[in-house]
Amino acid sequence: MPTTALTLADLAFLAQGAGLTLAITAVAVACGTVLGILCGILRVQFGPFWTAPLTFLLDVFRSVPLLIRLVLANAAQSIAKLGWGPFTTSCIVLSLYTAAYCTEIVRGAIVAVPQPLRRASRSLGLSWRQDMTFVVAPLATRVALPSWIGLTLGVMKDSALVLWLGLIELLRASQILVTRLQEPLLILMICGGIYFLLSFPIARLGGLLEKRWSPR
Amino acid sequence: MFNYSFRWNQALAALPQMLDGARVTLGIALQSMAIGLVLAVVLTLCRRSGNWFAAAIATGWVEIARNTPGLFQIYMAHFGLGAFGIHLSPFTALLSGIAFNNAGYLAENFRGALTAIPETQTRAARSLGLSGGQTFQLIVLPQMLRIAFLPTTNQMVWAILMTSLGVTVGMNADLAGVTQELNARSFRTFEFFAIAAVIYYLITKAVTLAARLVAWRLFIY
Repeated sequence: MPTTALTLADLAFLAQGAGLTLAITAVAVACGTVLGILCGILRVQFGPFWTAPLTFLLDVFRSVPLLIRLVLANAAQSIAKLGWGPFTTSCIVLSLYTAAYCTEIVRGAIVAVPQPLRRASRSLGLSWRQDMTFVVAPLATRVALPSWIGLTLGVMKDSALVLWLGLIELLRASQILVTRLQEPLLILMICGGIYFLLSFPIARLGGLLEKRWSPR
Repeated sequence: MFNYSFRWNQALAALPQMLDGARVTLGIALQSMAIGLVLAVVLTLCRRSGNWFAAAIATGWVEIARNTPGLFQIYMAHFGLGAFGIHLSPFTALLSGIAFNNAGYLAENFRGALTAIPETQTRAARSLGLSGGQTFQLIVLPQMLRIAFLPTTNQMVWAILMTSLGVTVGMNADLAGVTQELNARSFRTFEFFAIAAVIYYLITKAVTLAARLVAWRLFIY
């Protein structure tokens, strides 16, 4: 029986780290989704020409590594003397990251709603807002939800990078324990196990929804 | 509000070093993609083989690669393997971490692509006298790679972005590593990282564009 110096208190420390990972993910996904829906509707409504600056900006958020953007945002906020803590900075950067992907998902989902259906609803006297809420939203949600679940899981995994700003989330917590206990394999495996347990069931749910809701 | 004097000259003077780093970054991404593609084909074969042991290993690989952070995988290669007496350099750890991740995602893409290839083609090829290996190599594989081409280019972009994680395990030759080292020397964080961001953007755009051109040349029916 191999022995380990890992104690229950250390596991609680890891759990605390996992809590921070989940907190950052929740804030980033919530803000990012709202922003993404707004930008997605804007992109569909005003066409590619007028939203080109927005598209370019969101493209930059997708094409520059998250780590670089976190460092850049942290430097920028200290230059501008905004006084944001690392948690706020990480949440903002991750929200924009989420929004960049969410915009594409939302746009694709809205475009996937058949145009004749929307014309029909408008000719029946529904306003644009009613058309959006009662016709487009339910249909687009079915298209968007599986990819949105994938995006949420991606954000959770990428939130590991906020350790660079000094936040003690799950991966950083495991690294601290590794430094103290010198048992990298065991601790990293526990850490990976926690990530896997958080991510795998939801990924499966997403896959199931995708299968069940895909148009036949 | 702003009480900071930007020193862009100082940062731009280091541009040649950073471009060298960019070349290393692109090199790592390409190597990891090459290894990842080969591994992904092997994983796909394992999952189709009907041998439950090989299939279980391949499925485990794919699920672990897809459900844990890329940074965790790099840490595992760098710190975790030390328990077995395997001590990888930051470069090898980074490369193997990204290749592991690529292989998992690409294998999943290939699985999706395979569903688009009719089973009847395999049967037709077999009845024409091709062996199982020949059928996969000559009939299934080319179509699979073609269908999965677009997701593969996406994965290439991901690989480029993931190379920036090498800095957390002490990699100092790639773009992020070079930038971090310059930053540690001068504390011109914003300038250096802004330039790095622009370079990363240009690399990913160049790769996407190149992939479009290749797809346009290759996939004319």
